[in-house]
Amino acid sequence: MDKKLEEIVKSLQTDFDGKVEEFRDEAHVFVHPEQIVEVITSLRDKHKFELLSALTAVDYWPQGSISPKIPASSPKGDEEQGQEARFHVIYQLTSLSKNLSIQIRVPIAAIKPTIASVSAVFASANWREREIWDMFGIHVDGHPDLRRILMPADWEGHPLRKDYPLGYEEPQFTFNIDEIDLRKPYAKE
Amino acid sequence: MTEFLEVSVDDLKDLVSDRALEGETMMLNLGPQHPATHGVLRLLLELDGETVVNCIPDIGFLHTGIEKNMEAKTYQKAEVMTDRLDYLNTVGNNLAFCMAVEKLVDLDVPLRAQALRVILTELQRIASHLVWIGTHALDLAAMSMFMYAFREREYILDILEIVSGQRMMTTYIRPGGVWRDVPVEFETAVRDFIKMFPKRIDEYEALLTKNPIILDRLLGIGVLSKETALSYGITGPMLRASGVDWDLRKQRPYMGYEQYDFEVPVRTEGDNYARYLVRVQEMRESLKIVEQALNKMPLGPVRSDNRKFVPPPRSELGTSMEALIHHFKLWTDGFDAPKGSIYSAVESPRGELGVYLEGDGGPKPYRIHMRTPSFEIVGVLSEMAKGHLVADLIAIIGSIDFVLGDIDR
Repeated sequence: MDKKLEEIVKSLQTDFDGKVEEFRDEAHVFVHPEQIVEVITSLRDKHKFELLSALTAVDYWPQGSISPKIPASSPKGDEEQGQEARFHVIYQLTSLSKNLSIQIRVPIAAIKPTIASVSAVFASANWREREIWDMFGIHVDGHPDLRRILMPADWEGHPLRKDYPLGYEEPQFTFNIDEIDLRKPYAKE
Repeated sequence: MTEFLEVSVDDLKDLVSDRALEGETMMLNLGPQHPATHGVLRLLLELDGETVVNCIPDIGFLHTGIEKNMEAKTYQKAEVMTDRLDYLNTVGNNLAFCMAVEKLVDLDVPLRAQALRVILTELQRIASHLVWIGTHALDLAAMSMFMYAFREREYILDILEIVSGQRMMTTYIRPGGVWRDVPVEFETAVRDFIKMFPKRIDEYEALLTKNPIILDRLLGIGVLSKETALSYGITGPMLRASGVDWDLRKQRPYMGYEQYDFEVPVRTEGDNYARYLVRVQEMRESLKIVEQALNKMPLGPVRSDNRKFVPPPRSELGTSMEALIHHFKLWTDGFDAPKGSIYSAVESPRGELGVYLEGDGGPKPYRIHMRTPSFEIVGVLSEMAKGHLVADLIAIIGSIDFVLGDIDR
């Protein structure tokens, strides 16, 4: 890992107590969902990461992720205590002035997945968070305009989830939508 | 019967001004079947007379689920889908994907393959900018410019056909190198292009750069400040036209870009005209890179000899049993990538084309996310359109240069 990046990661760890993984010279910092707005703000203002390059998510259904379990101090209490994180929300930030990249990963539980919006920090997050909601069904708290972005507004289900089937379905036409819907096991949230 | 949703102004009331709800301003659909929106982009406009009060882009008409589909295919087969993202930058998409795979499995690329990749992506950059300059001028009513630009683009598509057999969806760049070495006609074809093209750019500039109609439509229109651009995640020529010197080819050289001598054009005005100048200059710089890469192109293999990831050459299949086994295993099972995730990015004609790739130890990507630059570019459109005339909005749409296949994926 680059020396400058190492300092930033260390300072992040002291401020937010994040676990760090290294793979192919990339730093992946795990943070708790409650801290995400703070972390992104401090990265932008304190560490000069001016660009939010990518914002996406991964679904680890059904085995759960390799990441730490949701800690017992979770505000949602017993409901999700000790539960494996199903999703990771990923923030890839780039510093133009220092020429560095860092990845922030936020593990999220399977029941009522929610993350706070960072669209007030980076305007580009607005659409990317809509994409996450659309594709993964991760609800974004405090988002100014949380509508579907790529799928039609009346679409059911979230296509990039791993339990959403890929193809091999009966094609639906206007005259038989209801008939085929009855035979579909998925697409009911 | 399932009810189909109809979106009314009430659903968008947070995005339009109060005057729209009272009916004082007019809501107007621009697109999705409007030629000036360069694809199937729908813009919901709130108009006060002819002035745009609010502009709400509606995307997704070209959504084909490429990311989901790739999860069901081996790495080699998934690559074919990357061509379909940004159909004006197919070689660049292949490069972005292959670099991500190579980073994930830790694979080296021979020098000759690197040079070939550079030549082809830079030619593709010129072709993409040619489509931009043609359609942009067409939007501003300069019809003949479109014909000229497409005439030159045809040369580049011919070169792509020489090397890969395909004009657009080449899939010529493969993980670990390129498909095969270039045929002998390649060098003459590229040299002819290098000789011919500078004069053609001069012709375009003579037609457009000082043209009073063009100046009227471009100067001071659609100004994008540096801060807004960064906050909206804008990269590429648009960011450079707003005064930020950031080009991944210079800042984080890949494929040996560090050995080529080229300038990164930067303007500070941030308006349509600055974006025009930056892209025209970029075509000249790309041509410089192509020429240097062609002169320096080393001899040698064009594919890595790591047989676990790269199929053996065709000539070995008849004589070597191991080669045949490798070939068979690679094309039936694919190769296994380690568990882990990487993010790798290249500079596409529209900006940072990033690939988030996660492997799970098997032959298929567990998750792949294409961070496509056009998505961010259309995201900022609502900000840029405010306060301009509808006619200027068309000029802005032409000037920001997006590809709908790139946005919707």
